[in-house]
Amino acid sequence: MSEPDTRLVSMLDSIPYARFLGIRAELAGDEMTAVLPFAQHIVGNPMLPAIHGGVLGAFMEMTALAQLSVAAPMTRQPRTIDVSIEYLRSGRPLTTYARASIKKLGRRIANVHVEAWQETRSAPIATMRGLFLVAPSED
Amino acid sequence: MSDNEQIRLIASAMNEGSPQAKALGFTTLEIGDAVAVLKVPYRPEIVGDPETGVIAGGVVTTLLDHASGQAVHASMDTWTSIATLDLRIDYMRPAEPGLDVLARAHCYKLTRSIAFVRAVAYDRDPEDPVATAQATFMLDSSAGKTPGANLKPSREPRAKTGSVDQ
Repeated sequence: MSEPDTRLVSMLDSIPYARFLGIRAELAGDEMTAVLPFAQHIVGNPMLPAIHGGVLGAFMEMTALAQLSVAAPMTRQPRTIDVSIEYLRSGRPLTTYARASIKKLGRRIANVHVEAWQETRSAPIATMRGLFLVAPSED
Repeated sequence: MSDNEQIRLIASAMNEGSPQAKALGFTTLEIGDAVAVLKVPYRPEIVGDPETGVIAGGVVTTLLDHASGQAVHASMDTWTSIATLDLRIDYMRPAEPGLDVLARAHCYKLTRSIAFVRAVAYDRDPEDPVATAQATFMLDSSAGKTPGANLKPSREPRAKTGSVDQ
């Protein structure tokens, strides 16, 4: 495994809440796709049924943290400063995917945008913009 | 049935009937007059940083979203379906490991189609918040949708493939 690959796997394995939700990630070169398989316990609205909006927010925040772990070695886990989530479509009982784009990775602050989708990449179900306090290791 | 009883029933249905709320163990401590106070109990499975034992930000996100939704219901006379349109969360400080996290949400404005909510998450004192949130909800979000609507195939046109599935 490549170094970013190792960092990604150890990061997701070490976070209890990522395991609680069942989040996985796939890395192709430097492009990472986070995967949230559908499970009954992530449902928020049982009538439709629809995935809980909080779970989608949590999934996108975890995607941003995972993408940061791929981008650079950190001396500690990045801390979330703020997130802004937009809900575009109901989360259907299907596998959800997410990709993060790091707009800037500075010495202290990282700006990250995330998009989550299900069947159709061009029809995202939710998006997130987040700010993170980072501590990249000095090489 | 009084309004208070009705809103308490809605809150308990939202905690017990929502699988994710149940999995996280949400309970409603207070509800009424456009305000809801909810609690998530601390446990090791929902930790976000294994080095510190701090509860994951995502759990706080879900609690704030859920509490905000109950505050919207607590501001209306009759039940209607609602959906979160957007949610902005500022994380002030890590929650103290081992402590339960609470969220207090207030629906401060209701229009015919939109509800506006502010919420705060804390572990000991609401004046020393872990996180604050601002959310907007769409009212009557399931208009025209029947139970199980999300189980049917998507009506979204597949733009990239050019297929028409309507």
